[in-house]
Amino acid sequence: MPFGNSHNQLKMKFSSEQEYPDLSKHNNHMAKVLTPALYEKLRSKQTPSGFTLDDVIQTGVDNPGHPFIMTVGCVAGDEETYEVFKELLDPVIQDRHGGYKPTDKHKTDLNPSNLKGGDDLDANYVLSSRVRTGRSICGFCLPPHCSRGERRAVEKLSVEALGALTGDLKGKYYALKNMTEAEQQQLIDDHFLFDKPVSPLLLASGMARDWPDARGIWHNDNKTFLVWVNEEDHLRVISMQKGGNMKEVFNRFCTGLTKIEELFKNKGHAFMWNEHLGYILTCPSNLGTGLRAGVHVKLPNLSKYRQFEEILKRLRLQKRGTGGVDTAAVGGVFDISNADRLGFSEVELVQMVVDGVKLLIVMEKRLEKGQAIEDLMPAQK
Amino acid sequence: MPFGNTHNNFKLNYKTDEEYPDLTKHNNHMAKVLSKEMYGKLRDKQTPTGFTLDDVIQTGVDNPGHPFIMTVGCVAGDEESYEVFKDLFDPIISDRHNGYKATDKHKTDLNFENLKGGDDLDPNYVLSSRVRTGRSIKGYALPPHNSRGERRAVEKLSVEALNSLDGEFKGKYYPLKSMTDADQEQLIADHFLFDKPISPLLLAAGMARDWPDARGIWHNENKTFLVWVNEEDHLRVIAMQKGGNMKEVFKRFCVGLQRIEEIFKKHNHGFMWNEHLGFVLTCPSNLGTGLRGGVHVKLPKLSTHAKFEEILTRLRLQKRGTGGVDTASVGGVFDISNADRIGSSEVDQVQCVVDGVKLMVEMEKKLEKDESIDSMIPAQK
Repeated sequence: MPFGNSHNQLKMKFSSEQEYPDLSKHNNHMAKVLTPALYEKLRSKQTPSGFTLDDVIQTGVDNPGHPFIMTVGCVAGDEETYEVFKELLDPVIQDRHGGYKPTDKHKTDLNPSNLKGGDDLDANYVLSSRVRTGRSICGFCLPPHCSRGERRAVEKLSVEALGALTGDLKGKYYALKNMTEAEQQQLIDDHFLFDKPVSPLLLASGMARDWPDARGIWHNDNKTFLVWVNEEDHLRVISMQKGGNMKEVFNRFCTGLTKIEELFKNKGHAFMWNEHLGYILTCPSNLGTGLRAGVHVKLPNLSKYRQFEEILKRLRLQKRGTGGVDTAAVGGVFDISNADRLGFSEVELVQMVVDGVKLLIVMEKRLEKGQAIEDLMPAQK
Repeated sequence: MPFGNTHNNFKLNYKTDEEYPDLTKHNNHMAKVLSKEMYGKLRDKQTPTGFTLDDVIQTGVDNPGHPFIMTVGCVAGDEESYEVFKDLFDPIISDRHNGYKATDKHKTDLNFENLKGGDDLDPNYVLSSRVRTGRSIKGYALPPHNSRGERRAVEKLSVEALNSLDGEFKGKYYPLKSMTDADQEQLIADHFLFDKPISPLLLAAGMARDWPDARGIWHNENKTFLVWVNEEDHLRVIAMQKGGNMKEVFKRFCVGLQRIEEIFKKHNHGFMWNEHLGFVLTCPSNLGTGLRGGVHVKLPKLSTHAKFEEILTRLRLQKRGTGGVDTASVGGVFDISNADRIGSSEVDQVQCVVDGVKLMVEMEKKLEKDESIDSMIPAQK
């Protein structure tokens, strides 16, 4: 398990060939990129906090993947990982994020007034709206690598920052390790509670160490703004409500995030961000905005339409079941969200969801009446 | 996940208080022993291969334990772990192994001729007999810590050693990663196949990394001698057969082990052993002989007798279900084996099993005839 400086040096006694993982049965982004030559080149390196190549790739080695689902297969242990191991991570990022180049610049736009419309999605179809993202706190290692001391420091800072929110955002923190039974039940009923990860993808990267130490859930009194502390990222920020008013959800999201960021900056710990990768998160799939904006929407007819997948693709959207990633749809209700994370701003991504879902509902209504929808087929965005 | 030199030094920026794990809800040997003071004392140390205190204890932090079952909660990453972290390991070893002191010497006796009897356990009651142990190969880190290069080197050496065996030991190696379906089915039918660990105790210690790379099963043609390569220890060696001839099983066990050891020694990689701890293995519970000698025996009446547990304790035996550790007995058939591992020799421990099982079968027969067994209750061995 421990691959820091000493053990990494020791491993150098073995040839690159002897240490290179067997990726012959693997299907993930890391396995596609990590040749023996690349392994050799990077194996002696480490980040300032001691994260090594083997640490980056362990989850991808342990989880060969699935013929149909392309997992990422690597994680960052700190901000510098993306720099020290750029020769591995740049091609992975490029492949995962639609050709995003090492020289590209990412645009951040958290100004909710730039969103057009989004307050009138038909509530007969759109059951709920949600926007989530992640944030990492500068100066601390990320969940695969952080020590208990670091994790607790992130928790302490976060609780202080969140505790300073007021008005609509005023709320309370529930530490996982000393939650009362009543609190736990309430959080489950509200669908807010997160538990120790069971996914082998996450476990293999070391994110569940020391569970449930320094993990917790914060939410506002209105239950429309929620923050997870020290789960897969330092912070996961979620804004949600019933119905189709994505504009209001996004408004609260941006306002809350901006306020929290100010509070962290005042304490000398900004969010990890740079102009190439946008917001730095544990998994390369969440770089850029780290944003997933989505709705639960009833599309029983459209989802059976033979071009459903193609329509989603053209709208730059993806579908999931209502249980989230890798779950099935129930009763024709789908989770529809933006497919992209990097190379588009937050406003742009939410705009795609708003415009796309509006169109999908128009299509659904047509199909309900037995009418054709070919004329509504969108062009590739 | 990686806690080598660099990250360990990085963590020293945080105070002991900040890094010390929360063990308030824990019930395992590590949690009983690791005070904050001890953590403060040992936290800056590492073994020559870079294994640190946090590496040793991670599994115990992640698995708080059970009110009734006392797990060990720590592992070794290499031979030197037991020395560098003796302040932690010694009290754990003492608590786990009946007061075995830091100054005690362990006796190794693999001379099967020293076993008295054992060839006449009643096969109407004793369905099968088995002896297992583990061995670690000097010069390589242990399963929680080893790299792919090290693990593969252990496999290569092991396969060479095992393939040079002849006579009743002549056999074949089946690497997990390239096993045919037919081979796999046969190994399952023979009850020889081991699979990727699912126990959180093992996973949290990092033993399943890179699975199934360099893991495999070797067995002789007669299917009475079996070796697991790179599972929880470098080697697990098992001799077994149907019926009650424990003498024959133990003989094959000793002869096979000694032949294998000779070959490893020729390559300058003998087994890890010292006169205080005996054979050095990953889990402190397996130090000494690492031996579990046992039978599957029908004791439907005795197992429901009021003094069954007491009898076992006095005979220095333990019971398990026929599925192994932490399983239930089925149809009155129990797995009865030696309780001790260190402080008595291999011959001593197998003698306990032979003598103890003989007595219990006699008790069972008496109870079948509704006769009392009070006069047969043994003294504490």
